[in-house]
Amino acid sequence: MNVEFAALALILVFPALGVIFNLFFGARLGRGAVNLVGPGVMFLAFAVSTWAFVKILAMPAGGALYCPLWRWIEAGSFHVELGLRVDALSGVMVMVVTGVGSFIHLYSVGYMAHDEDYARFFTYMNLFALSMLILVLADNILMMFVGWEGVGLCSYLLIAFWYTNPEFAYNGRKAFIVNRIGDAGFVLGILTILSALAHHGVWTLNFVEIQSHAGLIGTTAATAAGLLLFLGATGKSAQIPLYVWLPDAMVGPTPVSALIHAATMVTAGVYMVARLNFLYMLAPDAMAVVATIGALTAFFAGTIAIVQPDIKRVLAYSTVSQLGYMFLGVGSGAFAAGIFHVMTHAFFKGLLFLCAGSVIHALEGEQDMNKMGALRKRLPITFWTMFIATLAITAVPGFSGYFSKDLILEGAYESGHFWLWLLGAITAGVTGFYMFRLIFMTFFGESRVEADKLHHVHESPPVMTIPLIVLAVFAAIGGWVGLPEGLLWGDAFARFLSPVVGNFKPAVEASPAMLSAIATGLGGLGILLAYVCYLRMPGLPVIAAWRAKALYDLLLEKYRIDELYNLIVTRPLFFISDQVLNRGVDRMVIDGAANGAGLVVEAGGEAARRAETGNVQHYAFVYLLGVIGIVAYYLYLVIR
Amino acid sequence: MNHALTLITFIPIAGMVVVLALPQAMKDICKWIAAAATAVQLLIAIWLYRSFDTATTAIQFAEKHDWIPSYHITYFMGVDGISISMVLLTALICFISVFASFSITRAEKAYYALLLMLDAGMMGVFVSLDFFLFYIFWEVMLLPMYFLIGIWGGPRREYAAIKFFLYTLLGSVLILLAMLGLYYYGAQSTFDMTVLASNASHYSTTFQRIVWIALFIGFAIKIPAFPFHTWLPDAHVEAPTAISVILAGVLLKMGTYGILRVNFAILPEATHQLAWLFLGVIGTINIVYGAMCAMAQTDYKKLIAYSSISHMGYVMLGCASFTAAGINGAVLQMFNHGTVTAMLFILVGVIYDRAHHREIAGFGGLAQQMPLYAGMTGFAFFAGMGLPGMSAFISEVLVLIGAWQTHPLMTVFGAATAILTAGYLLWTYQRIYLGPFNEKYAGYADLTFREAFTLVPLAIIVLILGVYPHAVLGLLNTSLVHLNQIVLSTPGPAVALLH
Repeated sequence: MNVEFAALALILVFPALGVIFNLFFGARLGRGAVNLVGPGVMFLAFAVSTWAFVKILAMPAGGALYCPLWRWIEAGSFHVELGLRVDALSGVMVMVVTGVGSFIHLYSVGYMAHDEDYARFFTYMNLFALSMLILVLADNILMMFVGWEGVGLCSYLLIAFWYTNPEFAYNGRKAFIVNRIGDAGFVLGILTILSALAHHGVWTLNFVEIQSHAGLIGTTAATAAGLLLFLGATGKSAQIPLYVWLPDAMVGPTPVSALIHAATMVTAGVYMVARLNFLYMLAPDAMAVVATIGALTAFFAGTIAIVQPDIKRVLAYSTVSQLGYMFLGVGSGAFAAGIFHVMTHAFFKGLLFLCAGSVIHALEGEQDMNKMGALRKRLPITFWTMFIATLAITAVPGFSGYFSKDLILEGAYESGHFWLWLLGAITAGVTGFYMFRLIFMTFFGESRVEADKLHHVHESPPVMTIPLIVLAVFAAIGGWVGLPEGLLWGDAFARFLSPVVGNFKPAVEASPAMLSAIATGLGGLGILLAYVCYLRMPGLPVIAAWRAKALYDLLLEKYRIDELYNLIVTRPLFFISDQVLNRGVDRMVIDGAANGAGLVVEAGGEAARRAETGNVQHYAFVYLLGVIGIVAYYLYLVIR
Repeated sequence: MNHALTLITFIPIAGMVVVLALPQAMKDICKWIAAAATAVQLLIAIWLYRSFDTATTAIQFAEKHDWIPSYHITYFMGVDGISISMVLLTALICFISVFASFSITRAEKAYYALLLMLDAGMMGVFVSLDFFLFYIFWEVMLLPMYFLIGIWGGPRREYAAIKFFLYTLLGSVLILLAMLGLYYYGAQSTFDMTVLASNASHYSTTFQRIVWIALFIGFAIKIPAFPFHTWLPDAHVEAPTAISVILAGVLLKMGTYGILRVNFAILPEATHQLAWLFLGVIGTINIVYGAMCAMAQTDYKKLIAYSSISHMGYVMLGCASFTAAGINGAVLQMFNHGTVTAMLFILVGVIYDRAHHREIAGFGGLAQQMPLYAGMTGFAFFAGMGLPGMSAFISEVLVLIGAWQTHPLMTVFGAATAILTAGYLLWTYQRIYLGPFNEKYAGYADLTFREAFTLVPLAIIVLILGVYPHAVLGLLNTSLVHLNQIVLSTPGPAVALLH
C-alpha cells in the first residue's frame, strides 16, 4: 500500500532552511540564534520523521509513504523524476539519522561553545543532515547518488573544518578523493543497471520500478552492477581497500566523528546494499564478495585498534570493523540483521564518540590515552554512559549490540560462510579486548593526566550530557526490538523490514544458542585479557610489545597501507602527470612541433619584413599566406 | 520582433561605433556603453529564450535575404534548440565579462570596441545558417581576440597571441576549403546550411570523409582537442581576465557547435563512421590528458585552462555516443562549462589583481583573509568537479549515460577522471586557500561588490541548472534527438573497434 504524504518534503525542508539561515544570517545574528536554529531544524525534521514512521507502523505490512517532487532530467527516453519514499527500510534509517542527528546537534552546542566559527559549523552540519536525508529518502538511485556525494562534500568540509592546520586540510582532501574512487564505481554501477534495463526498452532508475523489472537484468549485469556499486560502498563505508580515509577523518570536531563518521554517513553503503537487495540476490558472486570483504575488514581493522594510543583512532578503527560486520550481514543475505546493526551501532558508536569528545573536552584537547587514566570519578556521567556503550559494542547479552551482532554471525554461519563466521566470532574477542583496553586506560588505573590540566578536569555541561544519557538508554535497550525468536515479541525488527528486504533463508542448519555462546564467550575472553593486561598487570602490554616488536610496529603503523598506496598509486600518477605528459608530450613533443613550425613562419616573416616596409605584423603575413592558399585553390579549380 | 537575430548580433557593433566615436576625454564611459549594449543583448536573448518553441525542430526567428545572389550567398539567420542555448550563453558571458573588464585601465576605448566586435562575431556564428555568413563571423572573431590578448595581455602576450592566431588561422583555412568543396561539389551551388544538410547524399563517401576531417580539424582547434590544444593554456595565461572568461566561456564552444551544426547536420554519414575515433577516442584523451596535465601545473590560471580541455572532452564524448542522453548531455555540458569556467577564470583574476602573480605555491591560507572569496572559489571548484546538485553533474552524467551505451571503455575513463578532477582541484584549493595564512597577503580586501556581481549570477545559474536542468535541456531535446536520428539513419562504421 502506497500513500501520498506531502509532509515528507518537510524532512528535507527544515535542514535546508537551517543551511540557508546559518550560512547567510548565522554570523550576523550571533551564537544564540545559531544554537537555536542549528539543532532546532533537526528536532523538527525528527518530529516529522516520527510522524511518518508512526503512520508506517499503523499501515499493513509493506506499506510506504511517498511524495513526488518534480521531473528532474529528461533527455530522449531517459528521464528521472525526483521523489521521496519512506518504507520500512528508509523509515528506520530516517529515524536514526534525524533522531541520533538531533542529539548530536544538541551536543555540538556545548562542544563548539568556544569556537568562533560556530555558524559555519552548523551550516555544514545542517547541510550534512540534508544530504544524508536525500540519500535515505530518495526513491531512485540517481537521487540517492546526489545525497551520496553530498555527504562526501560535508565530510570533507567538516574534516577540514579547522583548515589552518595543513594536516587537517590534507585529511579532508584525502577523504574526498578516496571516496571519489568509490563514487566512480557507483556511477558505473548505475549505468550498468540503466543500460541493462534500457536494452529491454525500460528506462528507469526508480527503486520500485527496477525491482519490478529485476528479471530483465541478467546475472552478469547484476554481478557487474553489484560489484561496481559495492566499490562505492567500500569508499563511503570505509571497507578494504578504500577504508584508509576514515581513521584520518578523526581530526574533525568530535560531534562530526560521531554523526558522520560513525552513526550515519558511513553506514550509507550498507543501506545501499539493503536497498538494492533484489539486485544482489540476483548476483550470488557479488554477495560473496560483499560478505568476504566485510569479514576481512572487521578482523583487519579490529587488530589495528588494539594498539592505537589515540582514543578517537581506536574508535575509528572500531567503526571500520563494525561496518565490516554489517557488510558480512548483508553479504550473507541477512539484510535485516545488517540494518539492525546499523541502528544499534548508531546508538552505541555515536555515544562512544560523544563520550570520547566529552573526555577530550575535559582534558582540553588531549586525545592520547597514555595521558588519561582514573577519570571515572571526575567524569561520572561520561564514564557510565561510555561504559554502557562499551557493553553494547562488545555484545554483552542484553545490550543492543548483542542482538544485532548475534543475528549477523548467525546469518553468516547459516548462509554457509563458515570461515567468515569464524573470523567474525574471533573479531568479537578482539572487540572486547580493544574496547575494554580503552575503558581501562581512560577511566581506571593511575592518573597519567598532565599536571597543568588535572585541576581543570570537569564534567561537561548538561547540553552535552543529556544527549549522552539519551543515547545510553538506546544503546542499552535499543536492541530489544529484535529479540531471539520465541522470546516475548521475537524478532519484530526483521518482521517489520521483511516486506522490503525479504526473509533470510538459511542454507545450513545451526543452533543459534550455540553460535551465540561461542561469540559471547570469545568476547568475554577479550574483556578478561584486557582486564589482565591493563588493570592487573599493567606492565604486560609493554613487555608484549617489546617481545613482538615487529608485529606491534606493523599494527601501530596500520600495516603501512597508506605508504603502499602512496608508492604504487600516488607517486606514479604524479610522475606521469608532470614528467611524461606535461613536460614530455605537451611541452616537448606538441609545442616543440608547433614552435618549430612557428620558427619557419617567423623566418618567413623576417624575410617579408625586410622585403616590405619593415613594419609588417606577423598576423598580416600569415593572413596573406592564407589568401595565397585560397587563390591557389581557386586556380586549381579553374585549371582542372 | 522579426529582426531579433539581426538585432542581437549587431547591437554590439552599434555599441562599438559609439565607443569609437567618443572623444578621448570621455573614455571613462566606454565601459558603461559596453555594459548597456551587452545588457540589451542579454534582454533580447532572454526574450528569445522565452518565445522559443521547444516542441519543433523547425528553424525559428528566421531572417533570409539575398546578399550576393551571383554566388547564391544569402543573409540567413535563424536558431534551433542547439543555437538558442549558445545565444543565451554568449549574451550572458559577454555581459558578465564587461564587468570583469573594469580593472582594465589602458586604452579603454580600443579595448571595449574590440570586445564588442568579438561579441558580435560570436553571436553571428551562432545565429548564421548560411555557411558563408557563418564563416565571415567566424573570421570576425579572430582579429579582436588576437589584439585583446596581444595588447592587454601578460608578459608573453605576443607569443600567446601569435600562437592563438596561427592555430585558429589554420583551422579557418581548412573550414574555408571544406566550405568551398561543399559548395562546388553539391547537388546545387548553395551555402544554405539547411539545403546542404538535405543534400548530403550527393557527395561521394570519400569526399564526405575528406571534407569531414578538414572541418573536424578546423573545429577541433577551437575546442581545443588533443593534439591541437597547446595554444589554449598559453592564451589563457596571457589574456586579461575578461578575455579568458570569453575564451573559455564561449569561444571554445564554437568548436563543438560547429561540429554539430556542420559535421553532424551536413555530413551525417561521415559523422556516423568517423565520430567514434575523432570525437570518441580524442574526446576521451582530452578528458584524461587534460586532467593529468592540470595536475602538474604550478600556475593557477594554466591549471584551470587544462581543466577546460578535460571538461570539453566530455562534450566530444557525448557527441560520439549517438544517443539522445549523450548528445543532450554534450550540449548541456557546453552551456554548463561556459558558466562554471567563467566563474573559475573570474576567481583567478580576483587574486591576480591583488597579488600580481598566480604561482599556486606562493599562496596559502587565503580563506582566513578572504572568506567570501574562498567560499565562492570552493563553490566553483565543486561545480567544476560535477558535484550533484550543481549543473555540471547533470551534463556529465548524461554524457556518461549516453556514452556507456556505445563506448563503454571510454566511459570508464570518463567516469574515472572525476577522481583526478577532484584530486587536482582540491589540492589546488588546499595550497591556495587552506593551511596557515601567508602574512604576505595581509590586508587584501575580500570580494568587491563588482566582483561579486560578476560571480553571483553565474553561481545561481549553476545551482538552478543542477536542480532544474530542464530550463536548458528543454530547449535542446527536440532538435538534438532529431539531429541524432538523421545521423543514425545513415550506415554506421564498418569497424566496430572499441565497441
